Amino acid sequence: MKHVHDTGASVARSLSGPILGTLMLTAAAVSLALPVSAGPREQIIAGYAAKAGKPLSAARGKAFFMGTHKGGKPDTPSCTSCHTRNVHQWGRTRAGKPIAPMAVSKTPDRFTDPKKVEKWFRRNCRTVLGRECTPLEKGDVLTWLSSQ
Amino acid sequence: MKEPFAMTSKAPFVAALALLAGLAPRPGLAEGSVRQVTDPVAKEECSACHMAYQPAFLPAESWKKIFADLSNHFGEDASLDPKTEARIRNYYLRHAARWRSIPKPVPIRITELPWFTREHTRFAARAKQDPKIGSLSNCTACHRYAERGWFEND
Ligand code: HEC
Ligand code: HEC
Ligand code: HEC
Repeated sequence: MKHVHDTGASVARSLSGPILGTLMLTAAAVSLALPVSAGPREQIIAGYAAKAGKPLSAARGKAFFMGTHKGGKPDTPSCTSCHTRNVHQWGRTRAGKPIAPMAVSKTPDRFTDPKKVEKWFRRNCRTVLGRECTPLEKGDVLTWLSSQ
Repeated sequence: MKEPFAMTSKAPFVAALALLAGLAPRPGLAEGSVRQVTDPVAKEECSACHMAYQPAFLPAESWKKIFADLSNHFGEDASLDPKTEARIRNYYLRHAARWRSIPKPVPIRITELPWFTREHTRFAARAKQDPKIGSLSNCTACHRYAERGWFEND
């Protein structure tokens, strides 16, 4: 995957002082569960935590990702329809194209480009649930996948 | 494929024959190859779920229809932000196939074009059964150089 890696820095640059402060405070608040350095992935997760307004949960993220949902397109009722139930393994799109593992330990540049993350949450949540995901759902899922 | 795809001076005659035979016009393919996708944004965005299909496989009418509803794209949401969508749409329209006549309903699948089904009937069942292929839309599973626009038997 060849996505931009310095977006975290540019996001930080483009944020105004108070917002950045809030983000960093939130990052500090969830830092127990996260690595010390706030790289782009940690900043993305901290952003969702700030919007959700409550602590994120890896267990909740796993249940959401593994769960079967209603309201979306009939062929894809779950995130696992394409990403499979084993996030350490390669997934597959409906047209047969391989998808790199979602587990960060297997695909280290996962969830490091905020635009890419938002684009796929928007699409995949609409496809699976027929609606956009909430910041809490997104934050939970990324918290879980980052620990995998 | 023995005969080249390119229309010759006999084209109108051939087209008439093709119509008689119930076949839609062929795409502007020459010798089993098409121009590869050169726009980096189109290539990146349209290759996330399948290979980026070359614009020369379908006429502008087809691409218009496809780009009109990316949120409901073959059972999936493939929506883009408006700026990116406009750029890619323009690219596809600029490089679309020029057919003499556009069948109704306007096709949105390459895999349902008459020339395609003719070339692939023997492989349809195999594609469905083999989990490594999964779908005839998965060109790269059988055509190693499909992304570069090369479809000759290899
Ligand atoms: C129809 C197939 C499909 C389904 C269903 C699906 N995804 Fe995906 N997902 C993809 C593809 C394709 C990509 C982009 C390729 C890649 O990132 O390797 C992707 C990418 C993502 C990304 C961005 C990854 C990154 O590195 O930034 C996230 C986040 C994501 N999916 C979450 C989900 C969640 C959550 C669900 C369930 C609500 C889900 N997906 C369901 C196919 C799917
Ligand atoms: C299951 C395997 C399979 C898949 C999937 C497949 N093809 Fe083919 N295709 C073939 C084979 C085999 C031939 C050669 C047929 C022959 O020579 O009689 C062929 C022939 C062709 C030809 C004619 C090439 C020539 O020799 O002039 C074109 C063009 C083509 N395929 C395009 C596509 C496109 C586009 C896709 C995806 C939308 C696709 N194919 C998917 C197996 C496949
Ligand atoms: C979110 C995933 C996704 C993205 C992104 C995506 N597609 Fe698709 N596309 C699909 C699926 C799923 C199919 C149906 C595949 C099948 O039937 O096996 C499909 C099929 C197609 C087909 C018909 C293939 C055939 O069977 O002949 C065309 C043409 C197409 N897409 C064009 C595009 C273009 C152009 C883009 C970029 C703007 C794009 N797609 C982006 C998921 C996607």
